[in-house]
Parts: sequence; structure tokens; C-alpha cells
Amino acid sequence: MIEAPLLEVSGLTKHFPIRGGIIQQRVGAVRAVNDVSFAIRKGEVFGLAGESGSGKSTIARMVVGLYRPTAGTVHFDGSDVSGLIGGRDYRKQVQMVFQNPGSSLNPRRTIAQSVAVPLIFHDYPKAKIADRVAELLEMVELPRNFAIRYPHELSGGQKQRVAIARALAVEPRLIVLDEPTSALDVSVQAKIIDLLAGLAGELGLTFLFISHDLSLMRNFCSRVGILYLGRLAETGSTIDVFGSPAHPYTQALIGAVPVVSDEEAALKPSIPALSGEIPSPSRIPKGCSFHTRCPFAFEPCRQIDPEFTIVGQGHEARCHLLEERTATAATVPVSPVERSAHP
Amino acid sequence: MAVLNNGSAPASVEEAVPAATISNAYKNWYRFSRNPTAVIGAVIVLIVISCALFAPWIAPYPEQVDNFVDFRARHLPPSWEHWFGTDNVGRDVLTRVIYGYRISLLLVVVVLGLSIPFGVMLGLMAGYFGGWVEIVIMRLTDIALAIPPLVMALAITAVLSPNLMNAMIAISVLWWTWHTRLIYSITRTLKTQEFVEAAEILGASKFHILFRELLPNCVSAISVKATLDAGFVILIGASLSFLGLGVQPPTPDLGTMVATGADYLPDRWWQSVMPGMAILVAILGFNLLGDGLRDMFDVEDVR
Repeated sequence: MIEAPLLEVSGLTKHFPIRGGIIQQRVGAVRAVNDVSFAIRKGEVFGLAGESGSGKSTIARMVVGLYRPTAGTVHFDGSDVSGLIGGRDYRKQVQMVFQNPGSSLNPRRTIAQSVAVPLIFHDYPKAKIADRVAELLEMVELPRNFAIRYPHELSGGQKQRVAIARALAVEPRLIVLDEPTSALDVSVQAKIIDLLAGLAGELGLTFLFISHDLSLMRNFCSRVGILYLGRLAETGSTIDVFGSPAHPYTQALIGAVPVVSDEEAALKPSIPALSGEIPSPSRIPKGCSFHTRCPFAFEPCRQIDPEFTIVGQGHEARCHLLEERTATAATVPVSPVERSAHP
Repeated sequence: MAVLNNGSAPASVEEAVPAATISNAYKNWYRFSRNPTAVIGAVIVLIVISCALFAPWIAPYPEQVDNFVDFRARHLPPSWEHWFGTDNVGRDVLTRVIYGYRISLLLVVVVLGLSIPFGVMLGLMAGYFGGWVEIVIMRLTDIALAIPPLVMALAITAVLSPNLMNAMIAISVLWWTWHTRLIYSITRTLKTQEFVEAAEILGASKFHILFRELLPNCVSAISVKATLDAGFVILIGASLSFLGLGVQPPTPDLGTMVATGADYLPDRWWQSVMPGMAILVAILGFNLLGDGLRDMFDVEDVR
């Protein structure tokens, strides 16, 4: 059961200073990510979901080493890699696919030139680069002759395939997918997800999948973490989190997913939509950060930040309501009936 | 059509895509050719450059360029033999104007050739690295920008001996600042685009990011700026010569010719007005062409 995780993130925190005044002194901080911990096992697809401004992309950037964490560590395959943008070995192991394929490819460089960058910088034999680029394009189901084209000649989905090919070039073990489909049409999204799932099986890849699209996440991920204001509200297997969400925020998020058929609508729990906007990460509410929007908030929520409560096998949530329940009932896990009866 | 063609039907994609490339290049040319001032600018610049390159073949009296004296032909007004008249020692003014473009364009090529690479490199570094690199480079640039270029050039050529070489040095000393400013602001914008972060994650070197990722995106801006600059460099070079601190007689320089001819105004106007007009036309040509290029690139460059 206990297998060392491929990626282990513990206590990850990132604060961006806000500078102001005449000498640009520090006047505050945007607390983008606060004490986030999770682990991804080899071959797993771990999803991080949350609204805009919940710190998803900041976590992605810390995992690949673009940002240095304010606190906490990132361990990859047992070694500490926090903030290692220059580490060549790590660069070879972890790659990233960005949200906007329009800006993640240099408009002035051909597809082949873009895809060849990682090969050149990881000492791939020069003579074989052209062949390898063609091979990579085939892996992402693009014709070989796309190599000589410029990004503006490609559609969004094709560009994202190129970005995936580029990430695959040095045979990484972990790929961070930062909202890889949110800039694409729905029909294209499904194809990209299919491609990624296929590649994962074929090449033994592990994914950290970041998205705000819960439907995609449910289909693609084996485990998920729900982020709210830079903190994990709930983590667990996809089945548990989507089947019996424990945290009021998760419930509201799932309740907010639009459905297309009457059958789905009938099955959907009737949970009131969240009111208000996500608070600014520069002024995170005291106590539980969700209490300003939580329909069930009571006194302790305004004072004390809740710790994780175990609600099932590998399923945890950070909510005072669950603490009360487990304290009185003293049963773990809470039965699904009881949870659905949850206020 | 191409949007839906997600690589599933290569045949039709192949047909669609090269057509798009051709139409892009064609669109650029079309946009340029429909802009009359830009085309006029391009024609003028071509004529000026041809004059400079082929002066010995174009000029009617190439033997009269510098050390030539014919007192019988002094101060002749414009005529069929001498379109622009003759000067105070009997030399053909048109011949000297054509050769004068040589000096002006040599000045442009040397000044821009020295200052653009230097300015662009500093701008790229300041914009990309940020931090203290940015502070040092940009504050130096601000200081340099505060000095009027003509005053600086006057000071330098006055201290060193006044000649063409020193005029080039004097102008180049400050010229890079404008390019540093321009490239700095472009780089700052480009840096926020994901392709720069992507290159970092992919393990690319700083050199690669500066010169292979960022620089190609600055080329259109640099070419517009360089074209507009050419006119200003001609003007400053002519001003220095006019004040006697640039090219020395008998070398045919437009500024020197205006200065010498000014002694004979207004009766023998052609000796200063003709070279003056030549300066005006060259500057006008470069400015019109530069504006045309800017219009052409600005629309196409969706940043």
C-alpha cells in the first residue's frame, strides 16, 4: 500500500508582496497559496480544482520551479526540488502544458523550432532532432509537415497538441497541465483529454491536472483536491469527492455545474448557488476562509481555522461541521446517508 | 474551416494552410501598396540609396566632386548643362549632391550599425532580467536621454578634431538610448507571455531566450524605428557639418554645402537651397517609409 509518491508537496505557501508608497516598501501580501499539501503517486492523475484566484496556477508554477515557495517543500521522487528552475535533471523529469496555446508558442518560430528547444538543451544528438520532432508530432496526431508552419497557421487545438509534443520531447515523468483545455472549444477539449489519457497509458506518465472544469476532472482524474483561497478544502478520490462531497464549498461547486438533460437535472442535488465573490487573497477572512460565503457558517467558523477531518479512506475535508459530527458520532467514515442529510 | 480540422483530415489542412501563409505575405504587401505615402517614401528612399551606391555612374560631372576649380564656370544658375547650377569654384551642384548622399548614408549605416545592436541588447537584458540589471541600465538610459544629442555631438566633435569619423562617434554615443527604451518596453510585455516561461521550463539558456525567443519578436519594431531614425541621423549629421564640426571641405557633404552656399544668398540661392532640398527629400522619404512600415506591422502584430 505505502508506495513512495512521485511528487510530494508539503506545506506549500506562496505570498506575493504588495509594494506601495514612495520607496516601494512592502505594504501587504497576496497570500496566493497557504499550506497546501498533497502527494501524487506514479501513474496517477491528480486534479486541482478551484475558482479563479484560488491559487491553482501558482501551485503549478511552484511545482515546475518557476516560482520559489515562500514556505514548504516540493519533493520529486524523494529529492527536494523547491524553486529549482535551473536544475537540468529536474527539467528533464517535469514538464508543463500551459492554459493558452496562443501565447505558449512563440509566434515568430516554426513549430519544429519550438518543439526542438528542449531537445537542443538536453543534448539530443543534432542529426536526430528533425526525426524526433516528426515522431513527436505523430504522437500527438499531427501531420509531420506541420513542422515548418508558424503558430498562427494552426487552430487552438492543434497548437495545444504542439505544446503537448514539446512537453513530451525529453520524456518527462510528470506533466503539469495548467488548464490545458480552458481556451479551447468543447469538441476540441474532449479530443485533447482523450489524447492525454492515451499518452498517459502509453508512456507511463503522471499528471497534475489543474482546471476549473469539474466535469472534465471527474472523467480524467483519479484523485482530486478542491482549492479555496489558496487552501485545500477537500481531498480524496474522485469517486468520493464527487459522489459524497463533505465540504460545503465542494457541494456548492458540484451543484453549480450546469447539466444538459432533464435526467441529469433530476439527479442533481439542490444546493443553493454561492452568493458573493471569492474574497481577495490579500485580505483572507479570519477563521475558516470560506465562512463569508458558507450557508452553514456558525460561530467557530468566524474564529478558528478548521483542521482536516478524515471523512473516509483517503478522503479529508477542512470544515467545523465535520469535526462536530465525528466528535459526537465517533464513527469514521460517516455514512453516506448521514452526509447527505448534512445541513 | 481549419479550426475544426484537428489534424484528422491532413489532406484538407495541407491545402488550407499554405494558402493562408501566402495570403498573409500578400496581405502585408497589399496593405503597404495601398498606402500612397508609404509607397512614395519607399520610392524616394530607393532613389537616395541608388544615388549613394551608383554616384560615379549617375552624377553628370564625377570629376568635379571635390578638388576641382573652374573659375569660368562659377555661380552659374540652373540650366540644362547644370540642373542645380554651379558653386563658388565652378563645381556642378547636382554632382556634389549625389555624392553628398553617399556621406549621409555612410553616416546612417555606421551610426545605426553601432547603436542598434548595443541598444537592443541592453533593452533585452533590462526587460528580461529586471531587478538591479534593469535599474542600472534604465537609469543610465534616462541620464543619456536627458542630454540633447546635438549638444553632445557638438561637445565631442569640438574636443576631438572635427571630421566624419568623430561625427559618427559623437552621434552614436547617445543614439542607442532610444532603442534601449523601445526594446525594453516590448520585452517587458513579451516576458509575461507564456512562451517565455515555457522556454524556461524546457531548460533553454538565457542566451536562447534573449536572442532566439525575444529578439525575433522585436524585429518589426526595430526595422520601423531604424527607418525613422535614418532621417534624423541625416539631419544631425548635416547640422554638425553646417556648423563646421562634421565633414570638412572639399568632401561633398550636404550640410557643408548649405553652409558654404549660404554666403551667396539670396542672389545665388541654388548653391544652398538645392543641397537643403536634398536633405529635406531624404528625411521625408525615410519618415514616410517608416510610417508606412509601422502601419503595416502594427495591424499584423497582435501582441
